[in-house]
Amino acid sequence: MVTGKVFKYGDNVDTDVIIPARYLNAPSPAELATHCMEDIDAEYASQVKKGDIMVGGWNFGCGSSREHAPIAIQASGAACVIAASFARIFYRNAINIGFPILECPEAVAAIQKGDTVQVDFSTGVITNHTTGKIFQATAFPGFINEIIAHGGLLPYLKARQER
Amino acid sequence: MGMTMTQKILARHAGLPSVKAGDLIEAKLDLVLGNDITTPVAVAAFDQAGLTRVFDPEKIAIVLDHYTPCKDIKSAQLCATARSFAQRFGITHLYDVGAAGIEHALLPEKGLVGPGDCVIGADSHTCTYGALGAFSTGVGSTDMAAGMAIGENWFKVPAAIKVILTGKLRPYVSGKDVILHLIGKIGVDGALYQSLEFTGPGVAALSMDDRFTIANMAIEAGAKNGIFPVDDQTMTYVKDRFFRPCAVYEADPDAEYIREVTIDLSSLEPTVSLPHLPSNTKTVSNVKGLPIQQAVIGSCTNGRISDMRAAAAIFKGRKVHNGVRCIVIPATQEVYLQCVREGLTEIFLEAGCAFSTPTCGPCLGGHMGVMCEGERSISTTNRNFVGRMGHIKSEVVLASPAIAAASAVAGSIASPDDLKEVY
Repeated sequence: MVTGKVFKYGDNVDTDVIIPARYLNAPSPAELATHCMEDIDAEYASQVKKGDIMVGGWNFGCGSSREHAPIAIQASGAACVIAASFARIFYRNAINIGFPILECPEAVAAIQKGDTVQVDFSTGVITNHTTGKIFQATAFPGFINEIIAHGGLLPYLKARQER
Repeated sequence: MGMTMTQKILARHAGLPSVKAGDLIEAKLDLVLGNDITTPVAVAAFDQAGLTRVFDPEKIAIVLDHYTPCKDIKSAQLCATARSFAQRFGITHLYDVGAAGIEHALLPEKGLVGPGDCVIGADSHTCTYGALGAFSTGVGSTDMAAGMAIGENWFKVPAAIKVILTGKLRPYVSGKDVILHLIGKIGVDGALYQSLEFTGPGVAALSMDDRFTIANMAIEAGAKNGIFPVDDQTMTYVKDRFFRPCAVYEADPDAEYIREVTIDLSSLEPTVSLPHLPSNTKTVSNVKGLPIQQAVIGSCTNGRISDMRAAAAIFKGRKVHNGVRCIVIPATQEVYLQCVREGLTEIFLEAGCAFSTPTCGPCLGGHMGVMCEGERSISTTNRNFVGRMGHIKSEVVLASPAIAAASAVAGSIASPDDLKEVY
């Protein structure tokens, strides 16, 4: 369960704005985080606090396959991304690195920039404390929950091989 | 219920008699690909997880193509990490400067991918190999690491959009115009999580290079993959290159599609995508005269020999407009050599183009053609997002090689027909 302030963006947030290619040669997640979102929100990296929540519209994370995108958001301190829908490679990448994402168009439509929002990862319940509204995110298929519970794809595969 | 072409390939690689859209499956991989940006992240994940072996060193390809020849020290370190990983596990298909090329032009050319294959690559344009009748899709670095370790990956079986092609392209209209038109029609998430299955009598009239270009940009409609049926042209292409047995799959007559889109190829006009989404398409005639400062001809989308020929045909006897920088980048060493042999290189140089060694460079704003504030480039690449080729206030207009070349000559967006009177 996390509670944080919302940073809200529009539809089709692409991986080039999440982390521009000019920084993809950076060696560490911490360095990537300092440039996260800078091409559409120069303030984000300096203002985001641990546990804050990123909200996007339809097709969040479209574009390149760079895993640097969810890595940068995760390293920036954001606890999760709530979007109306996710582009498929970003969706896989977030799950594979154990970074929580939630699909919930209704929540996205109702949540405003700066709202205080609570997310319960075990139930997918999203509570907007600013307005008092409650939303239910789409549930993941069972084995994706298992990947997330293990902290990502590789720990999951390793646990499965050792079983 | 019947299966689509994609579903058949996935079923076969999952060892299942049949699959349907929405099924979660684990499929065996014929090839796992990474590049100089994504491989180092995969190597870190691989090592961090304590993995100690790869499933098959012959079925992994690492292509150093994005920031190469290395643009700075950090990029050189990325390549060093990828090289050392390849050496550690005896990975034979490591393609470095001088042997490399842009991965999605290189792999088909080298015969590493063929009909019926199941391929993942840590690069979103891995969907290019659908042109050969393979299932191939882009993934991230952790998927690449897992794929290298166990030779399998999980997939949600996609539903499909059937794209029926009829007719034949007119002069100066190419595969690029077909895919831009389609993306404009269905949107950048119009095929999200789905396959684009191309079919119909128009397929036979498309060259392999046109098919590569079309499949390449399936991701720009959000698709998991784009795929073409295997025909005589495909078999001619893979002959003498691809030496594993070809597995040719056809969609069942009763395969289910969630949507059908018909495109009459003969009705298409030269098309561009204006900033800042590939779906923001306009016909060239509607945006004629929009000034440009740069033209880029190359990339995994349009850096093949027929793209070079299409551009050279425009540049022959003409000059790049004063005030325009035109950068031509053949996608592989083989394409480069062919340009030299056919005299295309001379045409480009005499026209005043810069002619570069293969690299992804400018497409992602990496190097070799980065733009400052206020500049606009026409480009045969695949994305025109904010800041894609440099400053956030620079602009990318996506187009075919013929249109990019004609625009470089005119100094503003133009079609080859517009050049006849003035240039």
